[in-house]
Amino acid sequence: MQFEDFFSVVRQRLGSDKSDESSKKKTDIPAGLLFKCPRCRNVTFIEEFNQNGKVCPTCNYHSRLTARERLKITVDDGSFREFDRKMISKNPIDFPGYEGKQQQLREKTGLNDAVLTGRAKIRGMDLVIIVMDSNFMMASMGSVVGERITRAIEYATAHSLPVVAFTASGGARMQEGIVSLMQMAKTSGAVARHNEAGGLYISVMTDPTTGGVTASFASLGDIIIAEPKVLIGFAGRRVIEGTIKQKLPDDFQSAEFMLENGFVDMIVERSKMRRVLAHLLKLHKQPEVKEVAENE
Amino acid sequence: MNEQLSASRRLDIIRHKGRPTALDYIPMIFDEFWEMHGDRLCGDDRAIIGGVASFHGTPVTVIAEVKGRDLEENQKCNFGMPHPEGYRKALRLARQAEKFHRPIICLVDTPGAYPGVEAEKRGQGEAIARNIMEFMTLKTPVISIILGEGGSGGALALAVCDELAMLENALYSVISPMGFASILWKDASREREACDIMKITAEDLMKLKVCDHIIPEADGGAHNDPNQTAENISSFISESLQNLQIKFQKGLDEMINSRYNKFRVVGDFDEFPHSHTETDEQ
Ligand SMILES: [Zn+2]
Repeated sequence: MQFEDFFSVVRQRLGSDKSDESSKKKTDIPAGLLFKCPRCRNVTFIEEFNQNGKVCPTCNYHSRLTARERLKITVDDGSFREFDRKMISKNPIDFPGYEGKQQQLREKTGLNDAVLTGRAKIRGMDLVIIVMDSNFMMASMGSVVGERITRAIEYATAHSLPVVAFTASGGARMQEGIVSLMQMAKTSGAVARHNEAGGLYISVMTDPTTGGVTASFASLGDIIIAEPKVLIGFAGRRVIEGTIKQKLPDDFQSAEFMLENGFVDMIVERSKMRRVLAHLLKLHKQPEVKEVAENE
Repeated sequence: MNEQLSASRRLDIIRHKGRPTALDYIPMIFDEFWEMHGDRLCGDDRAIIGGVASFHGTPVTVIAEVKGRDLEENQKCNFGMPHPEGYRKALRLARQAEKFHRPIICLVDTPGAYPGVEAEKRGQGEAIARNIMEFMTLKTPVISIILGEGGSGGALALAVCDELAMLENALYSVISPMGFASILWKDASREREACDIMKITAEDLMKLKVCDHIIPEADGGAHNDPNQTAENISSFISESLQNLQIKFQKGLDEMINSRYNKFRVVGDFDEFPHSHTETDEQ
C-alpha cells in the first residue's frame, strides 16, 4: 500500500455519489449535467468532474466536498467515531427565522451543523479529525461549530492525539451575533493549550476558508496545508473591491497567493492528501515522551 | 446613565464628532505615556498605538486602537482600521509587558480590521488569529475597554482579556451593523434596524456574559464631559487592577484558566444526553 493510487480511491469513492446538490447550484444548466468552474469558468460534464474527485480538469481548482465525502477519502475505512453528534444550536440573539432555517438545513444535509468532529485513524495512526461542511450555512461558525471544535481539540490534548482540521467557512455566523465572534476566542484558546501540551495540529484549508475562521484556528496550525486554487482570505473580495474601487486579479486570495505570501506551508492535491498527512503524522509520533517521563 | 437608549441611538452617540478617542483619554488617565513604535517586521501602524505608561504610579502597558478626530488624523490612523502590522506591534508590546510583569490595558475602538490588498498579502487573518491565541495564555493581567465601536475580529484581537469593560454607549459586534444588513438582507441602508436586533449594547453583552463591567459616561454621552468619563474609566481600571492582583496572587495557572473559561462558556446550544462520549461508527 506504500504507493497506492489515492487518485483512484478518490475516483471510486466520489464517482458513485448519488446526488450532488452543491454543484447543481453552481450552474444554470438543469439536472446538474454540467459543472462550471468558479476559478476558470470552464464547463465540464458533471460525471467527468465527479470522476476527477470534484477537481476541475481544466485548471485543477479543488471544489467543495461534503464532510462525509472528505472523511471517506481521508481516514481509514470504518475508523471514524463521531463526537457530540447530537449538538444543535439555539438562538442566542433571537434572530428571526434562525431555528427554522437550521431545521431545514438539518433535513437537507443530514448534518446538525456545519462541522463533524471525532476520532479516526489514518494508516492506523490515531488522530482527532475536524471537517467543516460548506453545505450548512456556508460553514459559518456559530455556537455548535465553536463548541464541537473546542471539545475536539481539548479531547486531543487530553489524550495526546494530533489534530487534523479541514477548514471551510464563510466566516462568522451572523445570526448568532457576538456569540459567534466569541467562538474565535474559544477555538484559538483550545489551540493555545494544545500547543502548550506539545500536541500537533495540522490545518488543511479547503474551499472557501475566510473571515473569522481564517482569523482564528485555521491560521494557527503547526503545519498549514491548502488544496490547489481554493479561496483563502480574511476580508471578502467584494468588500475589498469596494474599498479600493478597482477589480482584483483572479488569483487574489487563492491558495497559491497565500503560499507566495508566506501563510501556507504547502499546497497538496486531493489525490495525495491522505498520503501526505500519513507521512506528517508519522514524523510527529512521539513514543519517546513516555520514556522520558519514566526516566525521571 | 442613559439606561433605556436603543442601540441605534447609541450608534449616534458614538459617531458624534466630539466623541473622545484613545488619544484624548490616554493623557487624562495615565501620568506618563511613552509610545513605542513598530512591529519589528514590516512597519508601524498608526491605527494601533502602544507603549509603557504609569497608572497612579504603577507601570502598565497600554495598547489602543485610534480613531482620528478630524480628517487629517483619520488619514494617518486609517479611520481606526488596523493592518496586520498593528496587531503584530500589539503582540510585541504584550510580550514585553509579560516579560516585565506589567498589566496590559487595551483600549478598543475600531470599525474592524482594514479590508485591503496589502492587509491580505501580509496576513490580516493570521495576525488576528495569533493575537487571539497568544493573549489567551499571556502570563500577565489583561484588561480591555471598548471605548466606542468594537467591530468584529479587529476588536477581538485586542479583547482577549481577564476583564472586559464597555463604556456605557459603546457597541461590540460580530460585524458592523451596516455589514450585517448588507450580508443578511442585501440592503446596507437597513443599518439602524440591524443595530437594534443584533444585541450589541453593553447591557446586551452583560446578559450574554461577554462584557463584565459597564463604565458610565457623562450625561448624554462622553463628548459632553470627557474629563468625567476619563475619571470613570480610571476608577474602573483601579478597581480592576486590584481584583486581578488578588487573582494573580492565587496563582498564574488559575488566572490563565479563568481567562480561558471566560470565553470557553460562551455558546448557546442544546445537546441530547451522552452525546459528548464517543459514539458508534457511522
Ligand atoms: Zn477550473
